[in-house]
Parts: sequence; C-alpha cells; structure tokens
Amino acid sequence: MSTTAAAVVDQPLVIGGREFQSRLMVGTGKYADNDAMVRAIDASGAEIVTVAVRRVDLDRTKEEGILFHLDPKKYFLLANTAGCYTAEEAIRYARLAREAGFNEFIKLEVIGDKETLLPDVEGLLESARTLVQEGFHVMAYTNEDLITALKLEDAGCAAIMPLASPIGSGLGLINPYTVRTIKRRLGAPVIVDAGVGTASDACVTMEQGVDGILMNTAIAAARDPVAMAHAMGRAVEAGRLAYLAGRMPRREIAVPSSPTTGMLD
Amino acid sequence: MPDPITVVVNGQEREFGGEMSLTDFLQALDLDPQAVVVELNKEIVRRPALGATTVRNGDQVELVHFVGGG
Repeated sequence: MSTTAAAVVDQPLVIGGREFQSRLMVGTGKYADNDAMVRAIDASGAEIVTVAVRRVDLDRTKEEGILFHLDPKKYFLLANTAGCYTAEEAIRYARLAREAGFNEFIKLEVIGDKETLLPDVEGLLESARTLVQEGFHVMAYTNEDLITALKLEDAGCAAIMPLASPIGSGLGLINPYTVRTIKRRLGAPVIVDAGVGTASDACVTMEQGVDGILMNTAIAAARDPVAMAHAMGRAVEAGRLAYLAGRMPRREIAVPSSPTTGMLD
Repeated sequence: MPDPITVVVNGQEREFGGEMSLTDFLQALDLDPQAVVVELNKEIVRRPALGATTVRNGDQVELVHFVGGG
C-alpha cells in the first residue's frame, strides 16, 4: 500500500505489550486448501492469524500440519478456543494451545448457542479471569454489551472483541452504536470479531474507531479469496484513515457546496 | 514379553505392545513430538517430560495440534 501525504499519524497497534503491524487479523478456516489459504492471507497483509486446537487425525499422521504452511516467524499465531461451550472446556483448550504454540496469547471463545454461536457471558467471564491469572494474554470474543466488555476489561483481558454480527453470517456491523460505545468507554484495545462480509463492512467498522478487525469467512468464502483479501486490507486502512481524519457531521438538511451568490439574473 | 496394554487415544481404544514412554508412544503412532501436544489423563505432559512419562493400561490420551480455524 502506498502511503499518502496524510497529516494524521496513527499510533501502533499494541496488544498485551506487543506491537503489531496490521490492524487486519484473519482466520485460517474454511479454505479450499492450504495453498488458497496462504495466498489469501498473504494478500490481506495480516500479521495475526488465528488457528484452532483439535485432535490429531491418527489415520492421517503423515499429512503436513498447518504450521508447515504458516511460517511462525512471519505470522503471529493466535490460538482460539473455538467449539468450547463451557469455561472448563475453554480453559482446557487454552492450556493445550499454550503448550502447542509460540506465545501466551489466546482468543477466548465460550459459546452459548449452537445456532447463533453467540457467547456465553458467564462462562466467558469465568474463564477469562482464570486464564488471566495463569498469565495468558486473553483476547475475548464477546457480544455487544458494554457491561460485559467492562467486566472483561476489569478481569484483565488484553483485548475485547465484540462481534459485528454472528460468526460466518456476513451480515456486517449490525450495531455501530454499541461498538462505538464500547470503544469509547474502554481503555483496552477493541477488536471487532465475526460477521464482517465484504469490504464496506470492514471500512465502516474501522470508522467507529476500533483498533482492528478479525475476519475469516468474509475472505475464505468469497468467490475470489485473494481479491477479497486485497480489498479487505485496503478497506481496513481506509476506514482507519477516515476515522483519524475526523468525519464531517451528519445533517438532516442540505448545505450547498457551491456558492449561492454570483448567480445570473 | 511385556503385557499388551489398552489405551484410549483420541477417544478410540487401541492396543499397544506394553507400557512405554510417551516418546515411544508417539513414535508408535508415527507422530512428531514437536507437532503435537499430549494430554495424559487430563493433564498436559510438557515436551521435555515425554521421555520420562510412562503410558499404562487404561490411560486416556488426547493428542492435539493446531488446525485452520477462525
């Protein structure tokens, strides 16, 4: 991406005491194959890449694992607790992930409902508190509720991750007001996670002032994931720049852009 | 000859030649210790301890690794 001669200067993205270069974070699921995944991730410019923790398939032990395709020196691997429905499960998976992985970060998910994949707030708060105490940098996937976000911050989470809309739904940012409110009230980084569908969604989300976006399906399920990954990289940058530029106010009535004087008789 | 043991591995019952270290256990399954995480009876066994930890009859072992996910 070329840099503009913009007067605005952005602060670096810092989560858990570590600086990251890209505000776009991507998942690694749902790709047709590893080659498609790597090309799309590369095109996105993302640095943080999420992975899940699952049983080894004992009948296919000779297949290359995902780490073969994602260089841990180039990408920051953020393990998640996807598929966990209780605090106990999420804690178990987080500990396994830490043992498998390369850092102390965990994207914490405790799901409350299979159809919507919305978070179970009780389980989320309980596991967040435990994992923070165990030294994890917890990035917590949560709902749009400000109170829950504040509690997660109080628990010591490294980042709060409110959803834009349900995981994999592509519905975009359903409630800009709540995301804006969460960002305004929290000191911890706010990363919107889940539900982004296309580039405009990403742009609008960044315009709310949040620190970053995590998306998976929007890229992986696009007809051309590499093209969409390019679009998303630009959209996140555009939205961030628009936010830093300070948008014009909205008005209910029109205000002409051309002079009203000097008109012919 | 050691007695064969039955171990539940990733939810499946499997037979092995006898009690063995987790290092040998992984080798028997054709797995690279660097690429998997081992949980023995619900407790994670750190990589440096694999050689010194024995898997026994009736043990439950979970072997996990990173996969693609959102």
